Amino acid sequence: MTAPLLSLHGIGKTFGSVTVLRDVDFAVQAGRVMALVGENGAGKSTLMKIVTGIHDPDKGGEIRFKGQPVRFHTPRQAMDAGIAIIHQELNLLPGLSVAENIFLGREPRTRFGSIDWSTMKARAAGLLARLKQDHVSPGAPLGRMGVGTQQMVEIARALSLDAEVIIMDEPTDALTDVETRILFEVIRSLKAEGKAIVYISHRLSEIFALCDDVTVLRDGQMVHTGTVADLTEADLIRHMVGREITDQYPHAKCPPGKVRLEVKNAVADGVEDVSFTARAGEVVGFAGLMGAGRTELARAIYGANRLQTGTVEVDGVPVPLKSPRDGVRAGIAYVTEDRKADGLIQPHSIRFNMALGALGRLSRGPVVDRRRETSAVAEYMKAFAVKAPDMDCPVNTLSGGNQQKVSLAKSLLTQPKIVILDEPTRGVDVGARREIYVLINKLKEQGLCVLLMSSDMPELLGLSDRILVLSHGRLTGSFDRGQATQEGIMERAVA
Amino acid sequence: MPSNATSRTAETAANGGAGKAVLRFLAANKSLVGLILLMAVVSLFSPNFLTVDNLLNILRQTSINAIIAMGMTFVILTAGIDLSVGSVLAFTGAVCASLVAADASLWVALPATLALGAALGAANGVVIAIGGVQPFIATLVGMTVLRGATLVYTDGRPITTMSDPFWAIGGEYVFGIPVPVLIAAFAFIVCWFVLSQMRFGRYVYAVGGNEQVTRLAGISVTRVKIAVYAVSGLMAALAGIILTARLESAQPTAGTAYELDAIAAVVLGGTSLMGGRGYIFGTLIGALIIGVLNNALNLMDVSSYYQMIAKGAVILLAVLVDSRGKTNR
Ligand SMILES: Nc1ncnc2c1ncn2[C@@H]1O[C@H](COP(=O)(O)OP(=O)(O)OP(=O)(O)O)[C@@H](O)[C@H]1O
Ligand SMILES: [Mg+2]
Repeated sequence: MTAPLLSLHGIGKTFGSVTVLRDVDFAVQAGRVMALVGENGAGKSTLMKIVTGIHDPDKGGEIRFKGQPVRFHTPRQAMDAGIAIIHQELNLLPGLSVAENIFLGREPRTRFGSIDWSTMKARAAGLLARLKQDHVSPGAPLGRMGVGTQQMVEIARALSLDAEVIIMDEPTDALTDVETRILFEVIRSLKAEGKAIVYISHRLSEIFALCDDVTVLRDGQMVHTGTVADLTEADLIRHMVGREITDQYPHAKCPPGKVRLEVKNAVADGVEDVSFTARAGEVVGFAGLMGAGRTELARAIYGANRLQTGTVEVDGVPVPLKSPRDGVRAGIAYVTEDRKADGLIQPHSIRFNMALGALGRLSRGPVVDRRRETSAVAEYMKAFAVKAPDMDCPVNTLSGGNQQKVSLAKSLLTQPKIVILDEPTRGVDVGARREIYVLINKLKEQGLCVLLMSSDMPELLGLSDRILVLSHGRLTGSFDRGQATQEGIMERAVA
Repeated sequence: MPSNATSRTAETAANGGAGKAVLRFLAANKSLVGLILLMAVVSLFSPNFLTVDNLLNILRQTSINAIIAMGMTFVILTAGIDLSVGSVLAFTGAVCASLVAADASLWVALPATLALGAALGAANGVVIAIGGVQPFIATLVGMTVLRGATLVYTDGRPITTMSDPFWAIGGEYVFGIPVPVLIAAFAFIVCWFVLSQMRFGRYVYAVGGNEQVTRLAGISVTRVKIAVYAVSGLMAALAGIILTARLESAQPTAGTAYELDAIAAVVLGGTSLMGGRGYIFGTLIGALIIGVLNNALNLMDVSSYYQMIAKGAVILLAVLVDSRGKTNR
């Protein structure tokens, strides 16, 4: 093996009194894709933030880039040296255009020092074309685009740096199959150009499809490193969680109950005339490509987006949906796909966030009942295996997957009748995913009606009792459990 | 809950030394450290400073700003601002004075004045939350219009009151403590309770933390916003009553620039102008810092022109220290 392009030796990191990384070694070669895997909170993102100068490592560790010891103190230094990172949480400015976001801080200039808009737009268009996002206009404001498109913009930004090492922290988290395939093509071509890629993901199938090498972190320590070809999926899971996981997608059979939710001729922004029913004790999956209208449908049913025409009935009673407040009152809960912008109040504590929607139930009159609140929050933290020092720590110090669990728990604490899960396991590790599936099954057995919108096909197929396919805001297919196949769904999704 | 100083200390006291707990408490309450340092320095320069009379005097002088600043804290926690408090104070003070002068019962005059203040604040809130006007602009308009309304209402002349029971609200002592101080203390307890123990308090922090998340959690952001401006108006009216009672007259120009001292107190107390972070205890300390500073500069015979400069410098210093602590974390 040739000398690594980037290597880390003996890296440790402590936040206050919490040790997050211990004596970690890590190395990537030019022209190879290195997978970095591990449970939520294992320290993957933190390690990559150390490489890119966002966090300082503890004393004693060493980072070498192209054979030279380096230490970056700002992300900008890492960028200039040739290391780019796509962060797990989107770091874009919604008020700016796509092109401005891609070139933020590095805008092409004219001879007079002003921003060279035409070059900037042309280069942005080139990058977007490479990612097959030609439908995205470089001048359009970013804020109005879905998370998936925003993620592609974030990727375009990393590509624009033409860096030698590109770190991707769960880049496919917000992408559907189609975009994921596009990204893989791009990664393969980068690899052929001799770039080194670090690829973090909880979707194990991606690791096997894409990566050459893999490093596993567990509780802040490097527990395995080697080539992917030498491992089976079961091996990898064992390295990650320290035990076997069988039956990744448990499914509970329930006799279907009465009709809980009836949506008739719903028309909303991005949704054109959708009708369906869902029963108590049923998981209805929604498949579709990016922009098919799944999130828009979810938001309209919940009252977050305006329902232009059509009706939503819960238990046979029409629900007026003027605001999310009406949705909550009718017993509908919504777990958003974008936890950073819509799901959690970042600097506030786990307790604050989890209890927020359920304070009505956790109060005596207008006064919050601290004891009831504490026990409810503790119960859900345990049920979801949230990894955190305590319930009073701010959610922005949690790992991405643990934030997702808090976001899920927050919606379920309202004790809804219907829960709409929009990408519920985004960024959640294999072990915890299974916990969430078990929990969904349990809720289902208690008569909850679950609408599951997911881009993760195995998850959708494994959990749903019925799958509806959306395309361009319309229902284009319906499959019962057992009939549904990935190919069948894809065929309807592009219809 | 954003770091609630008292409960945090209770926890650490249980599992660490008491000395450590004190240090933690002080680290979480930089403004308190600032106040203590300021008082230490002033007492070195001015022997008359640390006397019971003078300290009570400071408390009395601070109570009006403290009350306004507590209301302002609610607003700033939602990432808003209320510039109209000084004008609300003047207008409600004038209405209250005319009611008292017309021999209305205090049981009618006081609740009516407070309700008027809350209603004026709520009107600001409606313009902001439903009308979608920036808080700065909306309350700037409120400030201007209400100042004008006060001048119209009073015809530009003071309204004098001749009522001993009314005067007592601003001038009397109970158990040796000035009544305004007792009122401010009571207001503090109520505000603390509302912000830290009540559902509404949570919603205030939530709106300031992230409006979108709050809305999606099924909470009416509109109502919360209207309510916080109503609280601010109510507190300004309370301050108006105290000031009018003490002076035994309502001045049409009363409360001019009071919004600035109130905002300064909130910011000195560590509450973020970006919303979502801060607490009422800090505001109380912030108001005391300003009160001590004013008092000290008076004791040291500094001219009022220089006082303003000194006050500005202290506020800037405090905010710089505070923001430095944040980026290092
Ligand atoms: N700024 C911080 N302050 C305190 N603790 C932190 C901070 N940032 C991260 N941590 C902690 O460090 C641990 C590792 O977090 P990290 O984000 O690296 O995990 P991860 O492996 O990327 O997980 P995920 O798969 O969920 O994204 C977590 O337990 C997290 O709570
Ligand atoms: Mg991470």
